[in-house]
Amino acid sequence: MDPTLFFEQVVNGLSLGSLYALIAVGYTVVYGIIQLINFAHGEIFMMGAFGALTVYLVLGSPTDLSIPMALCVLLPAMILGGMVLAAGTALIMERFAYRPLRGAPRLAPLISAIGVSVFLQEFMRLFYGRIPGFPDSKRGIAFPRIEGITGNNIDIGSVSIKMSSIFTIAALLICTAALWYYINRTKTGRAMVATSQDPDIARLMGIDVDAVIMRAFVVGAALAAIAGVAHGMYIGNIDFKMGFMAGLKAFTAAVLGGIGNINGALVGGLVLGMVEAFAAQLGPTAWKDVWAFVILILVLVFRPQGLVGAKVVNRA
Amino acid sequence: MKRKSLIVGAAALALLATMAGCGTRGEASSAEEKILTIGVIAPLTGDLSPFGKGIQYGAQLAVDQANAAGGIAGYTLQLSPQDDQATPDVGKNAATLLAGDDTVIGVVGTMNSSVAQPVIPVLGAANIPMVSPANTSPALTKGDDLTNPTRPNVNFFRLCASDDKQGPFAAKYLYENLGIKTVATVHDKKVYGQGLVEQFSAAFEALGGTVVAAETINPDDKDYNTVITKLKAANPEAIYYGGEVPQAAPLSSQAKAAGLTVPLMGGDGLYDTNYMELAGAAAEGDLATSVGAPTETLTTAQEFRAAYEAAGFDSGWSAYGAYAYDSANVIIAAAKEALTEGTTPKDARPAIIEAIGKVNFTGATGSVSFDALGDNNYLVLTVYKAEGPAWVAVESGEA
Repeated sequence: MDPTLFFEQVVNGLSLGSLYALIAVGYTVVYGIIQLINFAHGEIFMMGAFGALTVYLVLGSPTDLSIPMALCVLLPAMILGGMVLAAGTALIMERFAYRPLRGAPRLAPLISAIGVSVFLQEFMRLFYGRIPGFPDSKRGIAFPRIEGITGNNIDIGSVSIKMSSIFTIAALLICTAALWYYINRTKTGRAMVATSQDPDIARLMGIDVDAVIMRAFVVGAALAAIAGVAHGMYIGNIDFKMGFMAGLKAFTAAVLGGIGNINGALVGGLVLGMVEAFAAQLGPTAWKDVWAFVILILVLVFRPQGLVGAKVVNRA
Repeated sequence: MKRKSLIVGAAALALLATMAGCGTRGEASSAEEKILTIGVIAPLTGDLSPFGKGIQYGAQLAVDQANAAGGIAGYTLQLSPQDDQATPDVGKNAATLLAGDDTVIGVVGTMNSSVAQPVIPVLGAANIPMVSPANTSPALTKGDDLTNPTRPNVNFFRLCASDDKQGPFAAKYLYENLGIKTVATVHDKKVYGQGLVEQFSAAFEALGGTVVAAETINPDDKDYNTVITKLKAANPEAIYYGGEVPQAAPLSSQAKAAGLTVPLMGGDGLYDTNYMELAGAAAEGDLATSVGAPTETLTTAQEFRAAYEAAGFDSGWSAYGAYAYDSANVIIAAAKEALTEGTTPKDARPAIIEAIGKVNFTGATGSVSFDALGDNNYLVLTVYKAEGPAWVAVESGEA
């Protein structure tokens, strides 16, 4: 294969994979602690993107900012707005849709999660555009241009890399480092690990399990919100149903890597992104999803615990 | 206490009355008010709603004008818009609903050929004619074998040019007017997109051009960079896309961001200003063919525009509004012929289908009359170019 083409597809695969990985972490931390497949997590990612858009609109849609202003003020404000909306939604969802079902059979919270997913999609579709001055959310909305990222490229030799790709990949690296620090070096992070290993013993040790679960939802939502902003800049527009397919792919990534295992989610996301990129390059593009899922099935047949290994596979 | 039970009783009665009204709307209301219903089946919500709303309001305008002119044979017309969400199942349910209403004399719709496929037989079983402003799949009027066309649905008529006209028209424009010899094609695997690309490719190669890459995208995906990298390697002078705005706009903006700065051309599925909103500056110079002459060139079209603007609808006429206006007028004209004092709307339906085959008038989109297959005899196509926030007509011709 032509080297230019090869490296461009590597960058495409890494960008897509980084998005999957950022979302997949949310599936996996929640699953690791309460063994719930939170199917509404894709919608949390969507809420993150809309939260960022909301901040932009509330700030009066500033279009002609200088690059430092856009990167150091506008973008962080938008990411923060996305995180607040995503985490808020996740907390409400946990409190009212999952906590009442904590002792119920495994299927009950799963159905509840699917219900929340449909609810959030329809809520945004019908409600968002009704806020005065906000765009109609029944169809795609152009994501705000961020000077310095949107539409800018860096050329390395003959390979041209989009700034939005670099942002996405960098976001994954920074989030991975922050997450590693949080899980391994802070008290609350270690409480999370303890709860995932054995919630009953963790409770006996004085860990507030409810608080740990809420933190797990917030961590997942924060990463999903960053993915939402990255998606907005990378793809160019957002809509109310963007979370569905992305959520499904991210869930696949989480399973591929080994659900319940954070490293697995990261590896699974990147592998899935790369497989999709190269399946599209090497064969007809229509077949890329076929290969992605063939790989998933093969991995699950020969390594049921996922590529990296599920931490709680014995209880799944 | 007594008062309260009275109110409850009255409410219950009112509820019963409305429910009864729903069940037997045909007989009950037409006997007294004499109502004729024209149905609309179009995507009124979702990504394609700008197109669907244009269809609804175009038909609404025709109905309002007919009522202002005194209705038909003592009947008052009403419009019954049904949302199909661009989904075959939902469209079929809407068709079933309309087929059960005895006052329905015809349906304007659908937008998507994939929705039309299940809708037409449901309406056909009730002898209800469907006049489409937007379905472009050749198979709907010509059957599956284009070289030996047989009409599959006697109740289906359409005003716009089908893909076997639109694709070749685009091919001719790219090859002859712009001198483009190499094109990459992409479609979304839906009936409309795939048909458009097949017809385009055949015509483009017949003219002497080369299709250097033929790819597809998944309409649920939003990241097309892997496909774009592949297209870029083939080094085309233009991209021909079969599909609609929600995918075409990000495809165009991502292609240009990746350094593939060639124009993207598509069919009428791109012809809405939502395209520029979503693609932004990347849309500049992109091309779309659409059905009909540009509305500036015909006096009837200008009258339509003025009336539409005066009516103050909350959405523009988009690609198909003028065609929907003409479609509704086809049904109205046929109903005037077929409906006499004695007949009920339901009994008149076969006669209305027959009368539609014979209509001949000049509508907002040009002259309207149907051939033996149910296609419009007068087919005009126009190439539009994206300039700033608008589509500007650059070339018009008969297909």
